[in-house]
Amino acid sequence: MNSFALLFLVLGLGLIGWLTARARAGRLIRVSATRSHSRPGQHATYVALWTALPALLFLTAWSAISPSLVREAVLETPAASTLPQFGFQRDSILGEARRLANNPDAGAFNEEARVLAPAYGKAQTRYSWIGTALTVLLAFAGFAYAYSRVSPVFRARTRVERTVMLVLLIASLIAILTTLGIFVSLLIESARFFSVVPITDFLFGTHWSPQVISSTDPGKSLGAVPLFWGTFFIGAVIAMIVAIPFGLMSAIYLTQYAAPRVRKWMKPILEILAGVPTVVYGYFAALTVAPAIRDFAVMLGFEYASSESALAAGLVMGVMIIPFVSSMADDSIAAVPTSMRDGSLAMGATTSETIRRVLLPASLPGVVAGILLAVSRAIGETMIVVMAASGAATITLNPFESATTVTKQIVDLLTGEAEFDSPKTLAAFALGLTLFVITFLLNIVALRVVKKYREAYE
Amino acid sequence: MTDTQAPAVRTDNTERATPKRETHIKMAARDVNVFYGTSHAIRDVSIDVDMENVTAFIGPSGCGKSTFLRTLNRMNDTIPIARVTGDITLDGEDIYSPDMDVVQLRARVGMVFQKPNPFPKSIYENVAYGPRIHGLAPAKRDLDGIVESALKRAGLWEEVKDRLDDSGTALSGGQQQRLCIARAIAVDPEVILMDEPCSALDPIATAKIEELIHALRGKYAIVIVTHNMQQAARVSQKTAFFHLGHLVEYGETSEIFTNPREERTKDYITGRYG
Repeated sequence: MNSFALLFLVLGLGLIGWLTARARAGRLIRVSATRSHSRPGQHATYVALWTALPALLFLTAWSAISPSLVREAVLETPAASTLPQFGFQRDSILGEARRLANNPDAGAFNEEARVLAPAYGKAQTRYSWIGTALTVLLAFAGFAYAYSRVSPVFRARTRVERTVMLVLLIASLIAILTTLGIFVSLLIESARFFSVVPITDFLFGTHWSPQVISSTDPGKSLGAVPLFWGTFFIGAVIAMIVAIPFGLMSAIYLTQYAAPRVRKWMKPILEILAGVPTVVYGYFAALTVAPAIRDFAVMLGFEYASSESALAAGLVMGVMIIPFVSSMADDSIAAVPTSMRDGSLAMGATTSETIRRVLLPASLPGVVAGILLAVSRAIGETMIVVMAASGAATITLNPFESATTVTKQIVDLLTGEAEFDSPKTLAAFALGLTLFVITFLLNIVALRVVKKYREAYE
Repeated sequence: MTDTQAPAVRTDNTERATPKRETHIKMAARDVNVFYGTSHAIRDVSIDVDMENVTAFIGPSGCGKSTFLRTLNRMNDTIPIARVTGDITLDGEDIYSPDMDVVQLRARVGMVFQKPNPFPKSIYENVAYGPRIHGLAPAKRDLDGIVESALKRAGLWEEVKDRLDDSGTALSGGQQQRLCIARAIAVDPEVILMDEPCSALDPIATAKIEELIHALRGKYAIVIVTHNMQQAARVSQKTAFFHLGHLVEYGETSEIFTNPREERTKDYITGRYG
């Protein structure tokens, strides 16, 4: 029986459990002399949860482990003895055998797969039945346990409440555990990379050319410094030169000068800017901004101006980041008590003097935190640089020259045709890990700053 | 509370405001009305504030005394929906005329707020703020002098002279309020408006502020809004009683408290309402 049918079966059993428990609870409560603690519906939910939840949890776990159980079983059959011992080929034969077992008409590349297919089919059927039987058994056991507890004095309501909390807890843990999982997988792959390439070569090497990797000393052409320089130059310098002043000024306008009516319109529009898919900014950078900048650079006399300049990517990225800086700055300026503003105005300061001398200094921590978050977003941004920046890894201060970023290189490394465990591909994970650590630290610092600053006014 | 109001009060005011001719009138308001959107917060208020006396505005919450105070240095301009009609003059100059520079006006008419609101800067910088923005001190030494004398006049110098670089927000509430007064007098204003300056302070700090008001009397025209009638009686020589946006009665403090003319004033002072 496949998992879907099983899922519905379990849910059906849960429903039946709900109905029978409700009927029983209703009856018991009616004849009972004491006042019942919980209402029939609550008893019913309790029974339904006990029927469905353990069975579903088991089903989930079973779907995760049964493929490997099936595989083990197949490998133990005599037909499997001819298989290559390890590696890619072995996996692909087993994969084909599985496909054949499910669909006999499927084409097979390896002949061995055809031999294995019946064994695979048999093992699958067996484990599928075991799983089904255990699931149903568990559902009935849960039902029996819960059903037997239905009585007027049983506190089903509190139990159900606790289950609700548990479900919500699990839901919120999923995001955290996923992040943790990503981090661990990055760590493992990076460890493999660093076993081939010394970490110092990677972190401090200034030469990046993954296309030509020497097999004796791969670290020589995998120095990440140019990438981090490019990332820093595009994301933290050029983009911020655009985003900080414009974001800040728009926040100041919106909080201090704009009439409420204007603010009501402008703030949402600015926030829409944050919702534009980055790939659209990528087009804009590659098709409009980059050529314009090249022409401009040529006009200025830069002979070899690239049409994929750091400036184009950085400028567009800066525009993309404006709403982030603006909304963080807006929040922190608005959090400065009005009494500060009034105090300054009452001293005869003009609005702009008040902003420069009182509001901005007072909201500085929040603004700085906003900028840090914006930087961490900018350096993690991929689409714009993939589309508008070239792959040349150079350490340059000339914004008209091409530059590349970490994210852009990760894309390049992983979309090539290289084997998956070559230093070249593994370098992508090391880059990813480094970037992860950097943005993670930036976020922590930013959140700390925000927290400290919130405390100051509350 | 709609009976017997406007006409009787109006005549009463003008008659009351005039007798002290020998004092020098600093600010004069005539037929001032203030609207917040459609609500009519101040109705036909006419009053003279003189240089020699401390003037107290009293009245129950929401009676418009703070609103009226804020019209005297045009702080209501910061509220977009507020609208002021009537005439208010400072030394005979109309402060609402288009020629009046609000920045200059506020330098001449300083203000101290209900809650101490020192800037999150050092004590020195708080006091130096006004002189700096108005360019009152060409050299650092002049500025030092201004800061010292303002802090002395505000009675705070002895307590803070050794820690001028500490943050103004680290002071106690009463010290913060005296710092705000020092900040206001550092630009050498002519009038100081105080909007319930002691309502956030404990009795000891309040007593210090009151002493300070006594000391400052005569150097500046002082207007103080207060909830506390004993305080009005202690610090002021003239008292104005506001009720529901009207100026009900204005006169010598001693007279207002011992022998009020208006029934409503008497009711308020004896604690019948408010």
